[in-house]
Amino acid sequence: MKKILILTAFLSCCLLSESQNRTLPRIDLKTLDNITFNSSEFNNDGKPIVISFWATWCKPCIKELNNIAEVYEDWQEETGVKVIAVSIDDARNMSKVKPKVNALLWDYEIYCDPNGDFKRAMGVGTVPHTFLLNENKEIVYQHTGYKDGDEYDLFKKIEALLK
Amino acid sequence: MKKLTIIIACSFISYLTQSQDNSNGTFQGDFNLSAQSYYEDPAINAEKVDEFLLMNAYSNIRYNKGNFTFGVRFESYLNVLQGFESNFNGNGIPYRFAQYNVNGLDITVGNFYEQFGNGLIFRSYEEKTLGIDNVMDGVRLKYSPFKGLSLKGFVATQRLFWEQGPGIIRGFDTDLNLNEAISSLEGSKTYAVIGGSFISRFQDDNNPVYNLPENVAAYAIRSTINRGKISFNSEYAYKYNDPAGGITYNNFASGSALMSNLSYSQRGLGILLEAHRVDNMDYRSKRGGTGKELTLNYIPAISKQHAYTLAALYPFATQPLGEIGFQGEINYTFKKKSKLGGKYGTQFGINYSRINGLNGGPSELTINRDHTPMFFSVINEELYFRDLNFDLKKKISKKVKVMLNYLDMIYNKDVIEGKIIGKNVHARIGIAEVNYKIKPKHTLRSEFQYLSIDKSDKYYKDQGDWVMGLLEYTFSPHWFFAFVDQYNGGYTSEGKTYEAVHYLNISCGYSKGTNRFVLGYGKVREGIFCVGGVCRNVPSSNGFTLNITSSF
Repeated sequence: MKKILILTAFLSCCLLSESQNRTLPRIDLKTLDNITFNSSEFNNDGKPIVISFWATWCKPCIKELNNIAEVYEDWQEETGVKVIAVSIDDARNMSKVKPKVNALLWDYEIYCDPNGDFKRAMGVGTVPHTFLLNENKEIVYQHTGYKDGDEYDLFKKIEALLK
Repeated sequence: MKKLTIIIACSFISYLTQSQDNSNGTFQGDFNLSAQSYYEDPAINAEKVDEFLLMNAYSNIRYNKGNFTFGVRFESYLNVLQGFESNFNGNGIPYRFAQYNVNGLDITVGNFYEQFGNGLIFRSYEEKTLGIDNVMDGVRLKYSPFKGLSLKGFVATQRLFWEQGPGIIRGFDTDLNLNEAISSLEGSKTYAVIGGSFISRFQDDNNPVYNLPENVAAYAIRSTINRGKISFNSEYAYKYNDPAGGITYNNFASGSALMSNLSYSQRGLGILLEAHRVDNMDYRSKRGGTGKELTLNYIPAISKQHAYTLAALYPFATQPLGEIGFQGEINYTFKKKSKLGGKYGTQFGINYSRINGLNGGPSELTINRDHTPMFFSVINEELYFRDLNFDLKKKISKKVKVMLNYLDMIYNKDVIEGKIIGKNVHARIGIAEVNYKIKPKHTLRSEFQYLSIDKSDKYYKDQGDWVMGLLEYTFSPHWFFAFVDQYNGGYTSEGKTYEAVHYLNISCGYSKGTNRFVLGYGKVREGIFCVGGVCRNVPSSNGFTLNITSSF
């Protein structure tokens, strides 16, 4: 009974206000130098932002980010998009993130979310999970998993934002 | 009643906020369902499941408005999948919280996850695929009095299935960014962050024989220093004595852990060196807890986490009672148009890790024995795990990518599966993966894996050799089809002979946006399934699997 009350209260709480496009939650992340950085400070001067959740042990994640890396320069030139790669590696693999991204020649902004706080706040269950944010940093598109070629669709969505 | 009060308070706050500003709130959620049917199959030792169909499902819903967040998670295990603890059976809301941030003071009431430093003395986290959720329930505060300094504190109990553990946990953590806090260091090329944490557990002493400490504390100190291409991290943790009060386990010794890593990286090159020493660091919110229940701390495993199926057949998990481990890793990209890089560049990686037991075992202070192991001893100690592996990724042409892996692994089966000393398994594994892009958005991927067991008497033959083949076709953005065959040539274990068997499995998936459906059919081999060094034993099974995930 108590549980039903909780749910009812919660739902009515949600319904009190109409929903709108989701913006970024305020969650503390770590930079590659282990310095605290708040997710609300993600910024690309009004241009689109892609946030990709990944992990050093996740093969499709690395594949996605490797494939985007091949075209990233073109993407940036054409749309000004910024890719932010958030690693959900925990303390076991977090130390591997910095040497790994350097070795892989990724030019993304990289953050670590070692205890999954940002992951939970963004509703991410499994990786890879990719979000696209518009000029107001509102989430306009997201997809989970990665298949070769998914980046073409993502790029179309980025281009659509600029029209 | 308590819950109800929280909710009312939350709704009220939310209502107030709404009337104060005009911005609308947002809510979001995610959903995950795994269901599996089970057929009896003596050939692979798959047992009969009375329910025939089992399911794990959960959904998170979160509401956010300005500085206010409120969330719940509904979980349903009807009944829980094989390989998870049956205590999960049932439905409920084990997770609900309200969080408010005002002028830098962050207040959470209800459930929260938290980690101090690397987690050596405290980490509350969830890993649904492993059946781990040791979420806290209580009150947590976070505050930053000035730039560079952050403080966290909490008082809470810990989740155990659908109940709470008996211990009350008090924790405090501080993080100081020296460059931000000390103005003369601003702009310095060297960045430094230091931190410290403290945890104390209270649990009644009802033991009729022993006088047990009711408050058991642990502390940890840590630092990170970065200068240019070099980073150095280290953390030291100490746990005061935590005897369980039993005849077999009544160790009054204290525990400690030390971990450090040093990395060097520049464009195209990354080098990492890591070491840790762990002694008697099992720390839980219940005196003498076992298995995965009520763990308060997390000692990161010091070996590479492998993703390929056969490479992950013998995974290592940290032995919190005691070990010394090292790891080194180098990643390098041969540049495009160089001799080894070819037209597109080549990615190369090498990783080595080695873990052994402490000299004479972990610290012990009992009626019969007073033992403190040497701080550093690696020669002639019980070897727990050793792994040397290479990987190579190369794009051959616009259409073809090749990945090669080789691993040489020694795995102390007895110790990792709970005994004190034991015999090893020695496996060599070769893996080749080819990706072929038929046309944009259409890709064919194949894997070939071979695991060869060292047959000499020095080692366990375990289940013998394995061969695996995989063929996967993906059609972006919606479809994938996969076919897997794992073949075992048969073996004898504890006097029982197992015939050769093919573990065939087919699956297909459809995804659109954040909705994803995967349907599979076939045999699943018994094995240890691990994420982040924590493992779950999955029994063999034969049947359909369905996985649905969604988020909004």
